[in-house]
Parts: sequence; C-alpha cells; structure tokens
Amino acid sequence: MRVWKFGDNINTDLITPGRYNITIDEKRLGQIAFIEFRPEFSLNIEKGDIIVAGKNFGCGSSREHAPISLKAAGVQAVFAESFARIFYRNCINIGLHVFICNNTHKVDDGDKIQVDLINGIILDETKNIEIQGDPLPTFIQKIVSSGGLIDFLRGDGYV
Amino acid sequence: MNQNITEKILAYASHNKEVHPGDYIIADVDWVMFHDSTGPLVIKGFESIGKKIFNKNKLVTFFDHFYPAPNIDAAKLHKISRDFIQREEIIHHHTDGVCHQILAEKYVSPGDIVVGADSHTCTQGALGAFTTGLGSTDIAGILATGKCWFKVPNTIKINVLGETKKGVFAKDVILKIASKIGSEGADYSSIEFVGEYIKNATVSDRLTLCNMAVEMGAKNGIIEPDEKTLKFTGREGKIFKSDQNASYEKNIELEVSELSPQISCPHSVDNVKTIEEVEGIPINQAFIGTCTNGRLTDLEITAKILKGKKVNKNVRLIVIPASITVYLEAFNQGILQTILSAGGIVSYPSCGPCIGRHNGVLDEGEVCLSTQNRNFAGRMGSPKSEIYLGSPASVAAASIVGKITDPRKFI
Repeated sequence: MRVWKFGDNINTDLITPGRYNITIDEKRLGQIAFIEFRPEFSLNIEKGDIIVAGKNFGCGSSREHAPISLKAAGVQAVFAESFARIFYRNCINIGLHVFICNNTHKVDDGDKIQVDLINGIILDETKNIEIQGDPLPTFIQKIVSSGGLIDFLRGDGYV
Repeated sequence: MNQNITEKILAYASHNKEVHPGDYIIADVDWVMFHDSTGPLVIKGFESIGKKIFNKNKLVTFFDHFYPAPNIDAAKLHKISRDFIQREEIIHHHTDGVCHQILAEKYVSPGDIVVGADSHTCTQGALGAFTTGLGSTDIAGILATGKCWFKVPNTIKINVLGETKKGVFAKDVILKIASKIGSEGADYSSIEFVGEYIKNATVSDRLTLCNMAVEMGAKNGIIEPDEKTLKFTGREGKIFKSDQNASYEKNIELEVSELSPQISCPHSVDNVKTIEEVEGIPINQAFIGTCTNGRLTDLEITAKILKGKKVNKNVRLIVIPASITVYLEAFNQGILQTILSAGGIVSYPSCGPCIGRHNGVLDEGEVCLSTQNRNFAGRMGSPKSEIYLGSPASVAAASIVGKITDPRKFI
C-alpha cells in the first residue's frame, strides 16, 4: 500500500470532472477518479492505498460522486491538513475514512505505508515514522462506527 | 441574549433556547432539495433506508443541471428521478429553471432551514434563512427523518460600507471579498453580510453575494431580512435578527466606493485581479447566466450594453435566464430581442455550460469569461481551457470587444 500525495485546494472538479460523472455506477466512478488531473491514479491505484493532501481537500461541488469514486478506486483513507465541509460529511456518510492531520508534509508520494484506521495513524515504512491524525468528534464517531449515515439511521439515529 | 441570526435560526429549529459555535444539534428542516445531477444518488440512499418520505410537500426537485438531456447517460439519470417523482407523487417538481433561483422565487421564507444536494444552496441565505448544501446521502437521510445534524458554525461578519460606482456590481463586491478571505478562509463558518451597502442592495444583488459564500468554504451566507426581503418573497416567515452584542469569530470591513470591476482568474475563485490588470485578454466565449447572475437585473444591464452593438465575430455570447419567470419578463421587456439582435445565443433556463456538460463546452486553449461562481480547471470542458469570472456588465462588454474590457466604457 502506498501514498498518493496531493497539494492544497484539490476540488471536486479535479476528482470527478462534471463531464464524466453522469452516472451513479460505482465501478465507472472508480475509473474516472482524477481522470484528467492525474490519469495514472485510477490506472495504478491498488486497494488500500491512501491519499495524503494539503489544505481544503474536496472543495467545490457537493457531488458525492467524488468521494464515491475514490472509495470505489480503492482508497481506504484520506489524510489532509483540512477538508471542505460538504466533502468531509460526504466521506463520513459513505464510510470513507477521513482524518485531519497537521503533519501531512512529512509523507511523500509513493511512500510504502500501513494504516491504523481506528486511531488515525499512518505507519510510513519508507521513512520509518508514524503520523497521527486528529480523532473524530464523538458525535461523528457514532455515525462512522454504525458504518455510515444510512446504517446509523436504520438503527437509532435521530430517533 | 448575544446570538447572531444563524445561531438564532439553528436554536429555533433544534428546539434549544440558544446554541453556541461547536455545539452539535439536530434541526428540523423546512425545505429539502435535490436536482438531476445529485438526485439519483439521493434516491438510491433513501430507498436503502426503507422509510417513507417525512413530508412530500417539503421536497422540491429540479431538472436543471443537464436538461433537456444532452446524452444517453443523462437521459438514464433523468429516468431514475422521473420514476421516483411519479411513484412518490412529488408535487414540487421543476423543469423551469435553476434550483437556487426557483427556491428563492417560490419557496424559501425568512427563518427557514433549507438543505439541498448542491453546494450553492447557500444562495437563499440572502432571504434571512439558514440554507446550506449537503451531499446526496445526507439528503437521503433528511428525506426519511425531516431532520439534519449540524455543528453550529463560527460566524464571520463582513461589514460592507459605501456605495459602488457606476459599472461596479454585487459580483465585483463578492469577488473582492473572496480574494480577501481566500477559498478556504471561511471553511466550516457562517458568513453574515451587514452594512450600508447590504442595506441598499437589491434582493437580486444579495442572492449573488450569498451564492458565493461556499467559494470561501462557508457553510452558509446570510443577510438579515428587511422590507425588501418580504416584498420579494411575499411570504412572512420567521424574522430573526442578530443581537447588538452578538459574538463573531472575525469582523471584516470592506469599503466599496472606490472598487473597480473585479475579475477572478484561472483556476481558483480567490485569484482575483482588477479589470485594469487583465484588460486585453482575448476570449472565445462569454457566458451570462447561472444561479450567481441569471436574474432580470443581470439581463437588463446586458441588454443595455449590447443595444445597437454586435457581438465580436470571434466570440460566442451565451445568455441563459435563471428561471422561466426571468425569461418571460426579459422577453416581455424586449431584453432577449436586444441580445439576439446583437448576435447572442439565448438558451432555455438551466445551469447551461457552467458545469461543462452542454450548451457551450470549451476546447483546449479556449478562454471563457463567465458570470458563474466557479473557475476550476476543466469545469467548462477541456482541462486546458481557461475560465475567468466577472459581472454581467464585464462579460457583455468583453463579448463586443472580443477581449476582457472595462465595462465602464459602455455604461
């Protein structure tokens, strides 16, 4: 498993351009992740890889196609210095792990990694360091631990 | 009490006496919206919950992002939504304009909580309501429960002072604000617009301002309701106003008396320059419309500038009224005839080329000056095309000259 490193302000048009996301088919969405911005991404990604990015990841549109495409492509978690709020909610709702993390600059593109999803830790095997993400707020943790918003609502959510 | 308008609306809707930034609350919603692009994922999520719609009369649906369908994929998505709308007997379904414009015209009242599966749902905050964009799964959950969780945001107060000069518009003011705050400067926050300029602004201008709150990352943009708001909506609603001593995370002041027309440059909304700095850049396409600037006042200024002139032979000018109400009024006033006589293209109310799916897609190397709210690389077509953003006057003037031009020369 490796790191795919991105910079600041990665917007939803870069993740899933409007012209390509006219579908709700997850497999097709997985194939268009970063199709123009970084075409090698969806071709070479392997299940379990992670994205590490700078500030304001996922800004722009509310399109849930963007996080769905990352999850369908195989991304198991996104660590970023900050997230745009709708994208952040969308990831939690569909069960894609997201961690706010101030030390993303310590990790480089292509680093070999393991991830501790429960504690939000990247184990960077290339550099032999550990990077800690912020824990999720308790309220959000409840949704995540239910398996996403739909399962949360099927249970006791909002009742 | 020391609550601002956003906190008061969230407290009311969550049955709390007061709320504070950082609180997690569960609020009752007044209006829920989805459109043809985000709707199919809402429907998929909603059906997997296996509950009934909490109140069918509070759901408003739109076909506006690619209507009529430009290809088979789009037609398939319309079919999914159309089947749902027929099966569930949804009465508030629209194919007559852009969702944010019609929500403002026909539905939203001051004090409402409005959630839509579209980031620019922040637009109707201009009417003194709490309105915000969410993803499809959130909207699916709200359809089943009538409720939504929110983290109460911090609020940034923007005090806009003075009066703009001739040729300078609300779009120029909000682009200037975006350049000051930056595209992530209001992440998770509320933006409250106050001050002399806001008091004097038309409801149309206020909608333009709040529309772009999300371009700074904001959860919502909001303006206190007044007589103009009530005259526009014709709906009384619940009137909330910020307390004198309400607390704000940040106070920003902007004096607009000396502001020149502003242009946002590729490929980020906060990359804003004055018209003087970018004058002379050749354009291939000029687009006037969208939820940001497709209202009657926008088309009026367009026609005023184009009257008796011709669109440059190297430019395609595309004008799309934001709703059928706007379209018909512009038609009745002869505005559309002026635009057509000048060589402009007038299309049926929709989002048009803003999302790069139809009605004016850009090729590699092409440049568009648009009144829309976003200029991300590849949004209107080729990732190697460029989008500049400006006011309808700036776009109309550029369409005549074929280059970015100071609109004040034409007014």
